[in-house]
Amino acid sequence: MSVDKSTVAKIARLARLNVPQDRLQPVASELNGILDWIAELNEVPTDNVEPLASVTGHALPMRNDMVTDGDCVDTVLANVPEGASGFFVVPKVVE
Amino acid sequence: MSDLLDLSAVEARAALDAKSISATELTTAYIAAAEETAALNNYVLLTPDHALAMAAKADARLAKGEAGLLEGVPLGVKDLFCTNGVQTTACSRILDGFTPPYESTVTANLWDAGAVMIGKLNCDEFAMGSANETSAFGPAISPWQGADKTDLVPGGSSGGSASAVAARSALMTTGTDTGGSIRQPAAFCGVVGLKPTYGRCSRWGIVAFASSLDQAGPITRDVADNALMLQAMASHDARDSTSSDVPLQDVVAAVRQGVKGMKIGVPREYVMDGMDGDVVALWQQGQDWLRQAGAELVDVSLPHTKYALPTYYIIAPAEASSNLARYDGVRYGLRVEAGSLDEMYEATRAAGFGEEVQRRILVGTYVLSAGYYDAYYLKAQKVRRLIKQDFDTAFASVDALLTPATPTAAFPVGRKIDDPVVNFLNDVFTVPANLAGLPGLSVPAGLNADGLPLGLQVLGRPYDEASLYRVGGVLEAAASFTATPARRAGGAK
Repeated sequence: MSVDKSTVAKIARLARLNVPQDRLQPVASELNGILDWIAELNEVPTDNVEPLASVTGHALPMRNDMVTDGDCVDTVLANVPEGASGFFVVPKVVE
Repeated sequence: MSDLLDLSAVEARAALDAKSISATELTTAYIAAAEETAALNNYVLLTPDHALAMAAKADARLAKGEAGLLEGVPLGVKDLFCTNGVQTTACSRILDGFTPPYESTVTANLWDAGAVMIGKLNCDEFAMGSANETSAFGPAISPWQGADKTDLVPGGSSGGSASAVAARSALMTTGTDTGGSIRQPAAFCGVVGLKPTYGRCSRWGIVAFASSLDQAGPITRDVADNALMLQAMASHDARDSTSSDVPLQDVVAAVRQGVKGMKIGVPREYVMDGMDGDVVALWQQGQDWLRQAGAELVDVSLPHTKYALPTYYIIAPAEASSNLARYDGVRYGLRVEAGSLDEMYEATRAAGFGEEVQRRILVGTYVLSAGYYDAYYLKAQKVRRLIKQDFDTAFASVDALLTPATPTAAFPVGRKIDDPVVNFLNDVFTVPANLAGLPGLSVPAGLNADGLPLGLQVLGRPYDEASLYRVGGVLEAAASFTATPARRAGGAK
């Protein structure tokens, strides 16, 4: 499962990271180094093993589905790179 | 001034209660110490005005006899904890200028206990690293020096936190530990670091790296201080759904309880190529100390140990790639303008994240992507269960495990390594506890041939921090680790 330049370009796109053309091959080499090392896991038999997603062993707590916070537009927008009239501003997405 | 810096937190609390020193005096001494050791680059932000205001309030509460557990104790905060009104960056350019309008649960608990914030501490960017060299603020430097006076790394990711305690520019500090980020720097800097049980300290308000592994914990000068700080930090928090309501034991009392009758396991797989001979010798010495103190040492096997690191380097990047998706240039932090929304995202994230963080986001995205999820991510989750089962089996017959904290002592800043996998090996002995959610304590126990600190690690059952402190207390007393680094505040006499 070797990673090539086009795979790097694809995952960079999925990750919304701009990886320049001249970096695609070096990044592919680095990722292959890591993935080759990780492949060591293939020698572990795991046919009847359940995947472990949480170590706590307890079910997530339930809570009432209700509003607990709000009326704090200024706080929400306090760190905004660009905002206007109580909104986040982004580049135009609809022509 | 230096006599104030000589006090441990427990001693400082007694002196504050006895009114022989004031919180303002102690805080002033630590602000001066932080300025004196500024070349170590441990702090990314000093907050002296804030500190003196908090110290004045601490003095008022001390005068009224209303002192909290950590009243008047000068404390540094890893820059991964959100602090209300005080810049928090995770040492990343992408959070440049971010000032949280809220306080993390852990730091809120510490301020409620009366602690005084000296400033925010350097760490690896988003806690991704083992040498504090990925920080956007440049590397933190250890106060310890090799024989040739070269600058050494303090370890990471909580490098500034461990270095500041060793340099005496904070009496105690917060750290976070996803794969060893408290225990490894504590070992490198000759201080005490605890990664509590997963769920013991709330993750709310801490910048997330890998949420199923992240855990906050205390870094302190000695074991008694560590137990005291854990007591103040830990709480059940409804805002973190993985926070535990299992009550904390009397950890402060545990430090002096001894190990008589305890069964301590020695995992035979905790050896590796390239391990420092002094580390092997110290591990043996630690076993002898515990046996002499009345513990029974037992050989145990954790057969999947060698698979912990590759498992970690699938799960941690996968979770990170998801957690770091939130940094998009829209709501806070850095934004690089570009023509379209997607181009703005891509330009912002490429400019804001450093090389190591980008590499991990790409690895994480790859192992979660269609066609590879089963082969990598699901496989890693299965091996994670086997690693946890190894510990479950061991803890059926022993009360704690004794291992080395790190395979070597600290190494020089700027050491050039082309293979990222070599850097991962720093965490070979610490990562398994994160995968299994177990508590782990690193205690300074000796020096290597170059005069650099080495640590021993104690691992325990979930929610049994008390056993760790019992073992840690005995190791500390037996080792009587009194060596001090050259570049600490008040050190040049």
